[in-house]
Amino acid sequence: MHPAPSVIIFTVLSGVGFGFLGALDLGLMPVQGGAALVAFGLAYLLAVAGLVASTFHLGNPQRALRAFTQWRTSWLSREGWASVAALAASAPVALAAAFRPGMMLAGHLPGLIAAAFCVLTILCTSMIYAQLRTVPRWHHWTTPVLFLAFAAAGGAILALPGPVAAAACLVSGGAMLLAFALGDGRFARQGQSPAAATGLGPRVRPFAPPHTSPNYVMREMIHHVGRKHARRLRLIALGLGAGLPALLMLVLPAGLLASALALIPHLAGALAQRWLFFAEAEHVVGHYYGRAADAARGTA
Amino acid sequence: MTALPPPSAKKLGLVIDLDTCVGCQACVTACKGWNDQGYGAPLSDMDAYGSEPCGTFLNRVHSYEVTPDDGPAQIINFPRSCLHCEDAPCVTVCPTGASYKRAEDGIVLVNEDACIGCGLCAWACPYGAREMDAAAGVMKKCTLCVDRIYNENLPEEDRQPACVRTCPTGARHFGDLGDPESAVSRLVADRGGYALMPEMGTRPVNRYLPPRPKDARREASVLAPLLDLQATGFAGWLDRLLERF
Ligand code: SF4
Ligand code: SF4
Ligand code: SF4
Repeated sequence: MHPAPSVIIFTVLSGVGFGFLGALDLGLMPVQGGAALVAFGLAYLLAVAGLVASTFHLGNPQRALRAFTQWRTSWLSREGWASVAALAASAPVALAAAFRPGMMLAGHLPGLIAAAFCVLTILCTSMIYAQLRTVPRWHHWTTPVLFLAFAAAGGAILALPGPVAAAACLVSGGAMLLAFALGDGRFARQGQSPAAATGLGPRVRPFAPPHTSPNYVMREMIHHVGRKHARRLRLIALGLGAGLPALLMLVLPAGLLASALALIPHLAGALAQRWLFFAEAEHVVGHYYGRAADAARGTA
Repeated sequence: MTALPPPSAKKLGLVIDLDTCVGCQACVTACKGWNDQGYGAPLSDMDAYGSEPCGTFLNRVHSYEVTPDDGPAQIINFPRSCLHCEDAPCVTVCPTGASYKRAEDGIVLVNEDACIGCGLCAWACPYGAREMDAAAGVMKKCTLCVDRIYNENLPEEDRQPACVRTCPTGARHFGDLGDPESAVSRLVADRGGYALMPEMGTRPVNRYLPPRPKDARREASVLAPLLDLQATGFAGWLDRLLERF
């Protein structure tokens, strides 16, 4: 699948944003007064920046409000509702933390509800991808696990004490390893082939293409990433996304500096992971173009 | 609404004969010609006279080389357009309700006024049948020429999809695949018509008719008996004479 920058930035930023917001809603970070306003402000900024970035890849963003109508069937629509609910439910929690610190207790019901909406938002985002049978690498429980683990790690780096944040980073690293290991070869195992796509038997290969330059379908859904390139990026995603921030959170004295220093590599690693999430995902339509076999072999 | 309607009795669709399709691309041109001027945004072309021309089409014709177990390789031309699936995943993923399946005849359409151009429906389609128009930013797909097949302003014989009407070899057929007695259903039954990638769970309505088995290639030339002719008379004398040299 085409790794569109707007979607990569959207999923990374809104993941960290809603992760942090959820942690604040739960009262896991003891902030009050002005500090609470700054912390909640940052969480809102990250989450909303992500949501705004997601509208950049729309052909007609001026109609984006219509995306709220089909929540019964569409995960994309549900994501819209869940994100609005999370932002709205977190507002009273933020205001209470800032102006009535006494009211803010960990495990407070409004906070729990707001945090639940944050988790739901991440889950809906991941289900947009996990629901697609056409992309076997995504159509698996590791997709929501991966998205939730990244949101938790990002939120923990910003909100939680060093060792806990380090553990969350390592969990996101484990989720990555699991998704890589279980995802490799799923496209081939899923059993689709040029033979099944065309119904023309086992020895079928493209002779003349239907168009002389790539069309929307090819540009959007057939993407090649070299195996060597992918391996290097996986190491970067694991090292910067999970390893380095875990180390920094453990050795640096707890505080703003540790969080900021750990967040930078974590976000870089998350960007690398998300780029791979798209670039390595093969779509079954590739079988019509005889390109899926190349993609599965990892040549480019 | 992007909830799928209950299965309709009438299931309009295409039956494509891979035996007779010659890959002339006439259906591609007719489809673009018709759908450029009526239903929804025109099908734009980008850089049409440049080095990387690219445009929106609702129908594409591939050519494949197929090697049977015995005999030489064959070229099979393979038109690909929306199959108007009964369990259309492109419809249920749509966040806006722009994608829908008609309850009365099963045609899958896009209401372009509601489409935000998110592209999710194209990702959900296994067959690459949807293309986002680069100029209008809305999703385009085969309409089954809904503005022809019911159009009383057209002469009766033109109330068929443009691609079907234009095909010079009669490789494309249009009809109700929900009615087992319809001409298309009988054609599918007679010729062993099949669905594409049924394991994807989309339950396509369109069917493909497989290429008929080809005659076995004759080992010897039909002219073989002539090669053995013995020349007689004057020609025979000349033949013998020339052999001396
Ligand atoms: S062929 Fe693709 S676009 Fe057409 S109904 Fe089926 S899934 Fe949808
Ligand atoms: S591109 Fe348009 S029709 Fe397709 S899912 Fe998005 S809003 Fe619906
Ligand atoms: S039925 Fe109409 S819209 Fe569909 S492929 Fe044929 S000509 Fe194009």
